[in-house]
Amino acid sequence: MKILVCIKQVPDSTRVDIDPETMTLKRGGVDSKINPFDLFAIETAVKLKEKHNAQVCSISMGPPQTEAAIRETYMLGVDEGILLSDRNFAGADVLATAYALSQGILSTGLPDLIICGRQTTDGDTGQVGPEIAEFLNIPHVAYVRNIVSSDEKGMVLEMDMPETIEVVRINFPFLMTVEKGIFQPRLPSFKRRLASKDRPVRRLTLADMPDSQPENYGLKGSPTQVIRIFPPASPTTHEIWKDAPEVLADKIYSKLSELKFL
Amino acid sequence: MSNIRTRNLNDQNLDELIALCPFNAIEKDAQSGLAINAGCRMCRICLKRKPDVFYLAEAAPAPRINKQEWQGLAVYVEQQNGSIHPVSLELIGKAREMAAKTGQQVFCLLACEKSAGLPEQILAYGVDKVFVYEHPELRHFRIEPFTAVFADFISRVKPSGVLVGGTSIGRSLAPRVAARFKTGLTADCTILDINASTDIDQIRPAYGGNIMAHIQTPNHRPQFATVRYKIFNAPEKTEPWGTVEFCQIDAAALKSAIEVLEIRPKEKVRSVEDAEVIVVAGKGIKKEADLKMIYELSDALGAMTAGTRPLIEQGWFDPRLQIGLSGRTVKPALIITCGVSGSVQFAAGMQGADHIIAINNDPGAAIFSLAHYAIVGDLYQVVPSLLEKIRKGGALV
Repeated sequence: MKILVCIKQVPDSTRVDIDPETMTLKRGGVDSKINPFDLFAIETAVKLKEKHNAQVCSISMGPPQTEAAIRETYMLGVDEGILLSDRNFAGADVLATAYALSQGILSTGLPDLIICGRQTTDGDTGQVGPEIAEFLNIPHVAYVRNIVSSDEKGMVLEMDMPETIEVVRINFPFLMTVEKGIFQPRLPSFKRRLASKDRPVRRLTLADMPDSQPENYGLKGSPTQVIRIFPPASPTTHEIWKDAPEVLADKIYSKLSELKFL
Repeated sequence: MSNIRTRNLNDQNLDELIALCPFNAIEKDAQSGLAINAGCRMCRICLKRKPDVFYLAEAAPAPRINKQEWQGLAVYVEQQNGSIHPVSLELIGKAREMAAKTGQQVFCLLACEKSAGLPEQILAYGVDKVFVYEHPELRHFRIEPFTAVFADFISRVKPSGVLVGGTSIGRSLAPRVAARFKTGLTADCTILDINASTDIDQIRPAYGGNIMAHIQTPNHRPQFATVRYKIFNAPEKTEPWGTVEFCQIDAAALKSAIEVLEIRPKEKVRSVEDAEVIVVAGKGIKKEADLKMIYELSDALGAMTAGTRPLIEQGWFDPRLQIGLSGRTVKPALIITCGVSGSVQFAAGMQGADHIIAINNDPGAAIFSLAHYAIVGDLYQVVPSLLEKIRKGGALV
């Protein structure tokens, strides 16, 4: 069994400030880490590896320093890693990111199972996983919170829906996005770090993609454009209400209705 | 590829320029001095700070699509067991608002096993046309048949924009269909508007809500956007004028590798951290029996009831329902505190709530400094009066 985990390197903190004059992101710390939601995807893959003797590969797209994130997956039990890095991939939106990853996956051979975290902490979209599945023409199951059983042919999974738990049986190959808490992520192991210190990270560029047309990647391949970024309106509401109890109750009722809690 | 370029590098300190980028996307390059690598997210910070060095290369214009061929705004109507998800109605309201500005029509897509009565319900919200796909394979949501139906609808109707509820289903389905049409998708929009060229202005939070991004899909159709529940308002019902079209699709397109084995209701044991609305009782509550009105208020709001440390120590609440530093930290959409003074320890556990309403009879209570709405009054009078209003309000609907 071959399992692929998609990961992203994200800024260490989501605390970003915007320069009010230039309306651009203020330079924050440059520290970065593996997207916390991806740790659950990695753990799921490693658990399956332990059960099925599977081969686990991690894949990411980003600048060369993303290699550190791939190396970190080695310390968590991942066997090999692929980094898509090319100037042509820069500025990618959801579609161009999913397309590049799917091309990278195709160039190395379709695995039995692809696992993604539920979303990232920077973009917050949670939409790249399903788009990768579409580009690879395989089904996907989202919001997986539990693996009921797994065998060589496929898996029985529990999906976390708002009101219900849905149990489905699905055959390989497929992609799943897993919920926080499906397994407790293990800590990076020093032993594995030593063992993997010389293990290479495979670098793929545009030239390695089955489709090597630059206009399908990065900013050029992105249908959406960010027109501008700006700080959210700060919730500075601070009202003090002093009145007769009935009037206060009336005002609370109106406010709760306005905010759609009633 | 990023279309940011560099010039006039001769007298520049390259390390300073490299340090400008929050994403480490500027790197040294043997040929040109500096290069923009794959880390570039087009935040444009370098353009603003060093316009003499960084500039935007004019990209060769991509062939323009003919937007005239894509008309109308479509809403995916999500239904389960014959009831329509309210987010779909909210999206119909927003679609009508935008369509009125550009003189377009509003379409709905309904995919289900049996549509009985649903198209009529949808038309009552002022929709021009409902496209219905009925098939036994559409009984439960599975990604392949629903994507096939959605794709068939788009090819048939060619809408300019498509709105999908940001539900578990919508967030799985919308990206799949958007990818099939190789078009743009903006997830979890909180503001939507449309301009004369039918481009939708999509505004969404990113970085955990710390920044907002204004996004357009200027040269691709349809434009996909998802929106979470309770962001927009459902429209008033109206005298219907629209029509219903039943669509056929090849059964082969509805095949799925997924078999739904079981759908069971979720176990109700929720943790207070997951609650969207929380009502908190504090030591302004004089005796345990008085908690009844607090529970009634929670029920009316679909909220969970929690307590402050003194009440936990009285044994009135399970310790798992304690909010504060020594208890649980919560970040609900709404928290209403009743008779809570607001110690630093308590505040630390709840100040991230989106809306804080505090009821306390002491005008100097610390809780009032962080409340969005500070209600100075006796909870023994205000809460029963509020419950009475809710009961009456409910009777009017």
